[in-house]
Amino acid sequence: MAESITYVRDRFIEAEKPPTSDSSALAWIRHNLFASATDGAMTIIAILAIVWYLPAAINWLFISAVWTGADRTVCLTTEQGGQLPAGWSGACWAYVNDRFVQFMFGSYPRGELWRPLLVVAMFVGLLIPFLIPKVPRKGLNALLLLVVFPIVSFFLLLGGTFGLRHVETSLWGGLMVTLIISFVGIVVSLPAGILLALGRRSQMPILKTVCIAFIELIRGVPLITVLFMASVLLPLFLEPGNNIDKFLRALIGVSIFASAYMAEVIRGGLQAIPKGQYEAADALGLNYFHKMTFVVLPQAIKLVIPGIVNTFIGMFKDTSLVTIISMYDLLGIVKASFGDSGWITPVTPLTGLIFAGFVFWIFCFGMSRYSAFVERRLDTGHKR
Amino acid sequence: MAKKIVTALVGAAVLGLGATAAQADTLSDVKAKGFVQCGVNGSNLAGFGAQDSSGNWAGLDVDLCKAVAAAVFGDATKVKFTPLSAKDRFPALQSGEIDLLARNTTWSVSRDSQLGFDFRAVNYYDGQGFMVKKELGVKSALELSGASVCVQSGTTTELNLADYFRSNNMDFKPVVFEAQDEADAAYNAGRCDAYTTDASGLYSIRLKMANPDDHLVLPEIISKEPLGPAVRQNDSRWLDIVSWSHYAMVAAEEFGITTANVEEMKASANPDIKRFLGEEADSSIGADLGLPKDWAVQIIKAVGNYGESFERNVGEGSPLKIARGLNGLWTKGGLQYAPPVR
Repeated sequence: MAESITYVRDRFIEAEKPPTSDSSALAWIRHNLFASATDGAMTIIAILAIVWYLPAAINWLFISAVWTGADRTVCLTTEQGGQLPAGWSGACWAYVNDRFVQFMFGSYPRGELWRPLLVVAMFVGLLIPFLIPKVPRKGLNALLLLVVFPIVSFFLLLGGTFGLRHVETSLWGGLMVTLIISFVGIVVSLPAGILLALGRRSQMPILKTVCIAFIELIRGVPLITVLFMASVLLPLFLEPGNNIDKFLRALIGVSIFASAYMAEVIRGGLQAIPKGQYEAADALGLNYFHKMTFVVLPQAIKLVIPGIVNTFIGMFKDTSLVTIISMYDLLGIVKASFGDSGWITPVTPLTGLIFAGFVFWIFCFGMSRYSAFVERRLDTGHKR
Repeated sequence: MAKKIVTALVGAAVLGLGATAAQADTLSDVKAKGFVQCGVNGSNLAGFGAQDSSGNWAGLDVDLCKAVAAAVFGDATKVKFTPLSAKDRFPALQSGEIDLLARNTTWSVSRDSQLGFDFRAVNYYDGQGFMVKKELGVKSALELSGASVCVQSGTTTELNLADYFRSNNMDFKPVVFEAQDEADAAYNAGRCDAYTTDASGLYSIRLKMANPDDHLVLPEIISKEPLGPAVRQNDSRWLDIVSWSHYAMVAAEEFGITTANVEEMKASANPDIKRFLGEEADSSIGADLGLPKDWAVQIIKAVGNYGESFERNVGEGSPLKIARGLNGLWTKGGLQYAPPVR
């Protein structure tokens, strides 16, 4: 075949690399770190701060830290009655190590620890496939995670049936309590919040008033007050001995509180949906239920994912407030352990609080990253 | 305002309950359920109520709970602990959630009468004291005029402090903190010259200091804080049992009976000791209290005598190293005194 002669280019020219003044490491630094005098000053301050504090922090946390030991004497200097050199200061991880089971499970009987561990295993086994979009059978997974799992966990943790020893909730504690309260709060508050938000925007006057009253009443009261009322005042009005379990009271308090906040977040999303969407759904002849589930809610919830996750993270951290009603969540049990004369040293409180902070951070950061992932995945039309 | 309403509601509820609880019989309830529910300190008081790494409770107050369980059931493990904060300890006792409150609670007339509790035994005589830096060269609280003092807000400690300085015509600058931890940290960081709280607390705070030897606990005690177990009012049988559980520990120390020698002491020639340990044939002390005959033996086997419990939890055997002082036996210049066991 003869070589065709055309005057139209049929291939693109290979893209040229950007000029070195734009692509070298130096250019990156100039553009990103020293673009203006203010940027330069900020960069220098930040670097100085890192150089100043980071080595000291790493030294305190890891290099000078004490990792193993049986009691307080391993974390004391010679002046304080221990062996470490005078002036020493560092993290006392030996104490966290010694207390680890307690920080995780509170006073849950040590012989029965397989029960919370099994619950954790089930939770992880159900949650991970639930969170990965590619894994099929989401409906079954949701049913197992949100309905079957809580029921099984309830019987497994509390015991008293199926030949399991009864473990009263006053023995529960630590991270276990934090996670149970947060999980129940999240599972209850999302559907309850959606219903309350729809109720608040409904045309039916009684339903609407009830929803508004509920939301405004709960939002108008601090969580501490709700917990305190549930824990201190309620039993005074009940017949002695007929107390509702304190843990259950805390669960209910946190759940209704989170639901009220969630309702307002969802309502924000509902109000952001243009009226045209509602009218279009009406014009298609969809009934209220279909209009909401097919047209309005998917768009509204997508819009408010940051708000929803924000509420979840806030609630996760608010669980620490149950300490005031003598339930010991992770932070509460860490703080309570400062009173153990076996481990009192100048460095144990700080070490314990850093540990608790780190665990909280892992969970909150995980939730925040997952929400960013979901936002990217669902972001189909609002990108700017 | 909201606080006042809550206080009023609690007060009203308490009065209502006080009336209904007149025929309470805690001993029968405790026997029926098979354990003693004991309210203890849930946080931050080393030596009185704290959990060790494996979740076991230990402390002077905890020992009293165990002693009650040992007296009633002959088994010190038949006790369950409810950790309580300073706020919810009283409602917990009023509502019947716990049978006995042993949470370093000061016995005062208002708690005895208005709150509807009964106190009798005192298992630790405490009082408010001062700690100062040694470098100040202060040897007495009366030399503290003009000092800045770290104190926790909203406590009787704060009021006692103001009263003490006013009655001695001294000036001071209070540095007030919401939480105990913050006050500790501020004193440690040098924000005030002196620190004040209950003397037992001063010892545990010293353990958290970088240089405990740079600090001095002053000899003056400016308030009376008798700490003891509380029970609901109008249940004198239960009050007897709780009080005598403590007195049995004190009496055992007076008699020289310890965990180690309690079995040998049963064969003692001293009739007082034999009667106390339930070895006299006609001894009905246990039965009169509503307890088994060997109730005192069980207490001593479980927690030891008062001296042993004291040394183990707050004294030389513990990091706190608190001297017996006011809590010594009356024969040794202290205030611990058991009524005669006869």
